Amino acid sequence: MHRIVEKKQLADTITLLKVEAPLVIREARAGQFVIVRLDEFAERIPLTICDTDRSRGTITLIIQQLGRSTKDLCALKAGNSIQDILGPLGNPTEIEKFGTVVITGGGVGAAELYTAAKALKENGNKVIAIIGARNKDLIILEDEFKAVADEVLITTDDGSYGMKGLVTDALKKIIAGQTVNRIICCGPIPMMKAVTGTARPYNIPTIVSLNAILLDATGMCATCRCTIEGKVRFSCVDGPEFDGYKVDFDELMVRNNRFLEEEKRALET
Amino acid sequence: MKDFKEVSLGFTEEEAVREAQRCIACKKKPCCNGCPVEIDIPEFIRLVARKDYKGAIRKIKEKNNLPAVCGRVCPQETQCEALCVLIGKGKGGPVAIGALERFVADWEIEHSPHPSLSPVGGEGKGEGAAKVAVVGSGPAGLTAAADLAKYGYQVTLFESLSASGGVLRYGIPEFRLPRAILDRETGYIESLGVEIKCNILIGRTVTLSGLFEDGYKAIFLGTGAGLPYFLGIPGESLNGVYSANEFLTRVNLMHAYEFPKYKTPVKIGERVAVVGAGNTAMDCVRVAKRLGAQDAIIVYRRGEPEAPARRAEIEHAKEEGIEFRFLTAPIKIEGNEKGEVKSMTCLKMELGEPDASGRRRPIPIRGSEYEMPVDTVIIAVGQGPNPLIAHTTKELAVDDKSGELKIDENCMTSMKGVFAGGDITTGEGTVIAAMGAGKKAAAAMDSYLKGA
Repeated sequence: MHRIVEKKQLADTITLLKVEAPLVIREARAGQFVIVRLDEFAERIPLTICDTDRSRGTITLIIQQLGRSTKDLCALKAGNSIQDILGPLGNPTEIEKFGTVVITGGGVGAAELYTAAKALKENGNKVIAIIGARNKDLIILEDEFKAVADEVLITTDDGSYGMKGLVTDALKKIIAGQTVNRIICCGPIPMMKAVTGTARPYNIPTIVSLNAILLDATGMCATCRCTIEGKVRFSCVDGPEFDGYKVDFDELMVRNNRFLEEEKRALET
Repeated sequence: MKDFKEVSLGFTEEEAVREAQRCIACKKKPCCNGCPVEIDIPEFIRLVARKDYKGAIRKIKEKNNLPAVCGRVCPQETQCEALCVLIGKGKGGPVAIGALERFVADWEIEHSPHPSLSPVGGEGKGEGAAKVAVVGSGPAGLTAAADLAKYGYQVTLFESLSASGGVLRYGIPEFRLPRAILDRETGYIESLGVEIKCNILIGRTVTLSGLFEDGYKAIFLGTGAGLPYFLGIPGESLNGVYSANEFLTRVNLMHAYEFPKYKTPVKIGERVAVVGAGNTAMDCVRVAKRLGAQDAIIVYRRGEPEAPARRAEIEHAKEEGIEFRFLTAPIKIEGNEKGEVKSMTCLKMELGEPDASGRRRPIPIRGSEYEMPVDTVIIAVGQGPNPLIAHTTKELAVDDKSGELKIDENCMTSMKGVFAGGDITTGEGTVIAAMGAGKKAAAAMDSYLKGA
């Protein structure tokens, strides 16, 4: 059992949990995730390790309420427990000195890039973070990114905060003004596709962190298979990060919809 | 057929005793040569014939740590029973060794409710015994762990899923191996002193060198064949195409058949095609039928005699109304505008000369292409060794072609003190072959640790 030691509401539908998971911390690196199973009846849900606190033996999980399982997790309180946490899983983010790196996070995707931003900064990169969301309320971790990045740009679709527009609008501005050596991106699939499209004419290496449906997450079931440069790859063990230029985003979008009806049914119970 | 209750019923006491009395206690005991875990078969049968069931289960457990599992899923007809001297002498066929093993194991379950009351061996374990780690709690790992505990070591068994058993848990359905039986068997392994730790993925949560740092003196890898193969035909990424592993894991491990009480979904529609004809394919197709598929169809490119499944499994499937399309090979899967499977196009085949596997090679019949409407396709054409541990441990030498871990004659990998056995070293095999490998490796580890 993994006790929740702290809970913070980052937005109406976005919850931060600090959870005891001492075993996970030992090998955890930026970009890796855990599989969480709340109780005997719950699904296995992948969540990025957003931060680790070695002294307390906790990991930070940031959860957006989307379906039954995320709703149940968001309803937990400090002192409650999560039955199973498996991890760290997936390949860590490649961290070296690239030069200028733009971190592009859409919605709760920003949370997944925080440890990468920190590690990239520690490795001597200039880190520019773009955090985008539909509106001001959904912008998360602004202060945290400000503490580790050289520059933080906020975009909102409705202009309620920061620059009005999409993350790609901010990205275009940055690319126009300076050399960018690498882009790392996490968010909704259409956004990752758009960021990759924006970067392509400039040939800037663009890494995307995919959010395929997972089950065992150890390479055994292939439910997370995606097409990378025409080849089948498992997001759980070959990813979750891939070269954005090679990803078949349209297929992933269709595959991620395959249990929509069941998700609705589960939410009604 | 809607429920997941066990299908095969075991012997009654009377039937078991009568069957045991058929054994003529021949001198050569050829049956023993057919048992990968070396059970003294004639001796346990003699004890059954004398109604000494307690003695019989102790005799089996001297060698076999999972008798209730083996009594159900071992292909005895091609192993111990295939060597019985009663075959071909007009004496009513081989002694039903598998059914007798199951009877004895079930007798113990009924008469000794606490598994901890009946460990065999495991005595005399010293406080200062060396710590050993076993990775993967499938048949190979459970066997190695149990034997290592019997040798007197402090054994920790690591499992990445939320419950132990490996393929016995996520792969084999309830109606073939009831969960209560499996829980009982893993409980017995724990009663020998094995500590089972779930939700730990060795290679990621703790590396192999991390295990050595933590004081483990030797490691056994029994991580199995967990890499599903696909056909490589167009349409396999469509929604509604599952690997056998995904389909069975959703149902067996995650209880998708009790959705939405259990939150993991599985979707099958009305017509389900399962590609392949091994035991796993039979499990998938019978599960699909139980989940409400109107038509559950086996599609296999060779003929019925070539099907790798046990005869009994094919017969059970037929009795349950499964349709078989032998000599039929899928060439593509088509989807609708939503990306969901709507049909599978197949070619009819005929059999030519034997191929490398010794089975007659299927050859497409020209112009035989036809489309079969289906909602779900489950690919059950085998699997390769799980690559995760080799991927995260560069010191482990792997066969380039098969991906199997390389081991020497003492079951040791290229990394000192790290042993391996079961499907991870041989490719997909039977439960009992993996158990035999676990047993052999445990003995090799004991010699290694004594020499160290």
